[in-house]
Amino acid sequence: MPAENTANPKIIVPEIIAPKIIIRDLSFYYGDYCALKNINLSIAEKMVTAFIGPSGCGKSTLLRTFNRMYQLYPKQKATGEILLDGENILDKKQDLNNLRAKIGMVFQKPTPFPMSIYDNIAFGVKLYESLSKNDMDERVEWALRKAALWTEAKDKLRQSGTGLSGGQQQRLCIARAIAVKPQVLLLDEPTSALDPISTAHIEKLIDELKEDFTIVIVTHNMQQAARVSDYTAYMYLGDLIEFGDTSTVFTNPKRKETEDYITGRFG
Amino acid sequence: MPTFLREASLKRHTVLDMLFRNLTRVSAFGVLMLLVAIIASLIVGSMPAIRAFGFGFLTSSEWDPVNDRFGALIPIVGTLVTSAIALLIAIPVSFGIAIFLTELSPRILRRPLGVAVELLAGIPSIIYGMWGLFIFAPLFADRIEPWLGAHIGTMPYIGPLFSGPPMGIGILTAGIILAIMVIPFIASVMRDVFEVVPTLLKESAYGLGATTWEVMWKVVLPYTKVGVAGGIMLGLGRALGETMAVTFVIGNSHELSKSLLMPGNSIASALANEFTEAYGGLYTSALIELGLILFFITFVVLSLARYMLFKLGQREGQAT
Repeated sequence: MPAENTANPKIIVPEIIAPKIIIRDLSFYYGDYCALKNINLSIAEKMVTAFIGPSGCGKSTLLRTFNRMYQLYPKQKATGEILLDGENILDKKQDLNNLRAKIGMVFQKPTPFPMSIYDNIAFGVKLYESLSKNDMDERVEWALRKAALWTEAKDKLRQSGTGLSGGQQQRLCIARAIAVKPQVLLLDEPTSALDPISTAHIEKLIDELKEDFTIVIVTHNMQQAARVSDYTAYMYLGDLIEFGDTSTVFTNPKRKETEDYITGRFG
Repeated sequence: MPTFLREASLKRHTVLDMLFRNLTRVSAFGVLMLLVAIIASLIVGSMPAIRAFGFGFLTSSEWDPVNDRFGALIPIVGTLVTSAIALLIAIPVSFGIAIFLTELSPRILRRPLGVAVELLAGIPSIIYGMWGLFIFAPLFADRIEPWLGAHIGTMPYIGPLFSGPPMGIGILTAGIILAIMVIPFIASVMRDVFEVVPTLLKESAYGLGATTWEVMWKVVLPYTKVGVAGGIMLGLGRALGETMAVTFVIGNSHELSKSLLMPGNSIASALANEFTEAYGGLYTSALIELGLILFFITFVVLSLARYMLFKLGQREGQAT
């Protein structure tokens, strides 16, 4: 049964059978500027949800509320609720380090740490677990295999992560994020700095990763959203305009604004 | 424009260009010449002392102007030990200052605090010396040295370093004053290099659940290590050569003591104190040789630092 969006009654939010994350009345402020207005949305477990929209629409901001990255900056604040498995992650009592162990993130540009490939992946794991050398080796291999980087990197694990190509670096960052075994993976325009071949690699990877992880991806590239996601949310100026399963949003959008955007008349 | 005029102007340009090129060349090589000239005059000046004492100059702790017997061990040790104490204190404090200024401080406090740190670097060293002698040393002798002697002075191994009468002035006091003097240099370089670390890199580490400390220690510091080492070397360079402030508080005594609380001497303060009273050729020459040694120490330290950074860079880029 479809639920009504409280902020904008015209939007029909599809009922998600197994929501991993439920967002209720989420607003976000940069100082006095309201960047997200009353967002209501659910993220399906082990599916890919894409946020699309023109620059400044709030899609990255929305993504950064899921791991409370905004907390690093004093004037930014969020109101409302984000429930991860029923637990409100915006709650002040929420342990941030714990939250970030459950929700991993990959950024617009590859950000390998200035250390070896092996240590890049071990970095996050060491924050939560003290593994023996053997277990750590296995974990690193597992993460690199999951991120489809093992065959290229296995002979140079001790070399600096910054020596890899851009696409490899981004897969290293994905490996680093999943090595912690999070439940949710946030991808903030993960391919915007990559060439088409690397982009194809990453998109294929996203398809494989959703077997294990709930994935939320922000992208500028509508074709990418259409290719990789199961659900798509179209945002504009801090409002959620339309949300639905990807094929419906792209082939039969309910709202004219969405149609204008996806057909390239705007944005 | 007629052809001959154009040619004349072209020729004028070529001549000016040549002149300019040679001017820059002369400036650059002039610095090199100056360096060579200074080293040469130091060597020539210290020849009498080198001939008289040979390598024994470096290992002898005797400093007896009356009988013309000189050894440089005490000032060399004093210079190295005070600089080491200074860095030991200044590096962690500067790291803390830089972390606070770049990561933790409220935005409105950043500028005033940053300016305050930089102003600390602008205070003339003689003022540090006066403050050290009249305010810090008596306080240190009254409050801190007795405590150090009673608590740490009785420990095995490190105990002898902190024994002796509380006099206020001495090696440790000089090291602490030096630390205060080099903190602004190291802290402001650290802050500057920490500030250029890409936000995304830090966010990636925070995003994995790292604490501020883990982000700074394991990601930001390795990322900025060349700059940080440069800042430390800048501080070390200053500490090794600092004269005025050290002269005030080190005690200027040519006696070798195990205790850091006892007075000692450094190369720079020996030079400043004794040149005016150096009669006799050998005395002057011994002082000039001290200068040559200071030059050499600074050169070796800076070269070692470069080599270390080079090795560090190599290790990161290759398989082990």
